Amino acid sequence: MTVSPSAGHGNAERSAARDQAPHRRSRPVPVMRWLRRVAMFLGPWLMVLAFWYAIRYSGFFEPGLIPTPGQVAARFWDMLSRGELLIDMYMSTQRVFVGVALGTACAVPVGFLLGWYKGLRSFMDPLINFFRALPPIALIPLVIVYFGIGETAKVVILFYAAFFASVIVMYEGISQISPLYIRVAQTLGASDFEIFYRVIIPLAVPHALTALRVALGVAWATLVASELVAAQEGLGAVIQDASAYFQLDTIYMGIICIGFIALAMDLALRRLTRRLLSWQERND
Amino acid sequence: MTSSDTRIVFDGVSKTFDTDNGPLTVVDDVSFSVGDGDFISLVGPSGCGKTTMLNMVAGFMQPSAGTVTLDGEPIRGPGAERGMMFQDYGVFPWLSVEDNIAFGLKLKANRVSAAERRRTVDHFMELMGLAEFRKAYPKTLSGGMRQRLALARAYAVNPQFLLMDEPFGALDAQTRTAMQDLLLNVMGEVRKTVMLITHSVEEALYLSSRMLVISARPSRIRRVIEVPFPFPRTEALRDAPEFAELRSEVRDMVMREYAAQEDQARSATAARTQQA
Repeated sequence: MTVSPSAGHGNAERSAARDQAPHRRSRPVPVMRWLRRVAMFLGPWLMVLAFWYAIRYSGFFEPGLIPTPGQVAARFWDMLSRGELLIDMYMSTQRVFVGVALGTACAVPVGFLLGWYKGLRSFMDPLINFFRALPPIALIPLVIVYFGIGETAKVVILFYAAFFASVIVMYEGISQISPLYIRVAQTLGASDFEIFYRVIIPLAVPHALTALRVALGVAWATLVASELVAAQEGLGAVIQDASAYFQLDTIYMGIICIGFIALAMDLALRRLTRRLLSWQERND
Repeated sequence: MTSSDTRIVFDGVSKTFDTDNGPLTVVDDVSFSVGDGDFISLVGPSGCGKTTMLNMVAGFMQPSAGTVTLDGEPIRGPGAERGMMFQDYGVFPWLSVEDNIAFGLKLKANRVSAAERRRTVDHFMELMGLAEFRKAYPKTLSGGMRQRLALARAYAVNPQFLLMDEPFGALDAQTRTAMQDLLLNVMGEVRKTVMLITHSVEEALYLSSRMLVISARPSRIRRVIEVPFPFPRTEALRDAPEFAELRSEVRDMVMREYAAQEDQARSATAARTQQA
């Protein structure tokens, strides 16, 4: 790390020094810190595994009803090596992607307008909360009637879930933007348009990213429901097929796959957010 | 009343807000004028309507009665010739120090060439002691540095007026004193016409050419004090006996207004409690 010539300027100095050191990641990490990081990373998963084994061998449940982690892993490997699992993952990820992309693309401008115009918000609020409360699974029959049983129908359900989850995040965030920054910009001579793209947009970006993150989570949670619509491929379809044949290990595997893909996407999005919003004050 | 160098004129200005408990008059029939190069301080109790008066000059609010004029024209909205500093700084957290200062210079109202912008930014970063934090985000700056950044940003667009709403209120005593000296210093270089709101009698007397003591709500001007000390002022003034004398005299007067506001707040609370 660069040593500042004059100490005592607090964190500004430190961060300035940090900005000037482009290779701070190459700094050797002490072994103990590294070990702790690994333990922190693996710990929760090992705990879940231990709990799983404990339930399995506790004798409270019929062993046939609870596959071991080993059986599930074997199932995973089996389906992966035959190639079909990759197709299922691809199909599901693609549906989630399209649903979230469309849902957030609509939610950001709509949420922005609702957050900005108080009157519009109080007018629309009951409607949004009404539609938000409807479980997507209840809409499936209607979706089939109007959109058929193709890809569109599945994406529509994901779009619905993603839109209503993220529109609320967006408008709550926008409505909390401090008028102080707008006033400052006005006293510097900014026009309404300049205020919009030089002040409002930068302040809206964090909320749009949070909205995207929430939409992604909700879409993965809705995936199985959307693949109830006559899906041949996809992780939700895998789970449903397995349930018809009572293949518990496959069901577990499908659920775990959904969880891990969702987790990976969330981590990626969080990392992106941190890079884009390095100016934000955070407490973590 | 309008001499050649009179800039801002309050003429019979009142401001009334609608509240849940009926109309509330916060400014009542205030008249005064601000000449070119004046440094005017408004001192009075919290909630007395000082900020409302400043907001009318800034153009964020219109008076309910009377007029606030700038060079004879009623003020209808904010403008780049009236820079403002706020108590909570208002530095843009998503912009680095240099981009904060450059913000105003990129606007259509005061656009300059990139080379000139860089010169102006460098100049004010140097002047405000921010040069080594050029690329830093405000989150890493202390309160005093944020306020210096806000001052640099306001100065960069070269406004004729500087409106300051308790700009040093959130700073500790030492930083506050340092900021006052910095402000005098900067003023010595480029003089502005200033309206400053403060609770500190010492600050008002040290910085301003004229001080208005504002009454408890609704705001009226209780006393106008012409501060007799010549510019440029230095730190030695703080220890001068005539400064101490004027300070204690004015402080007594201001304390009475604060006490009146306190009584008002207490009886208003009592009335509300009785109603309930």
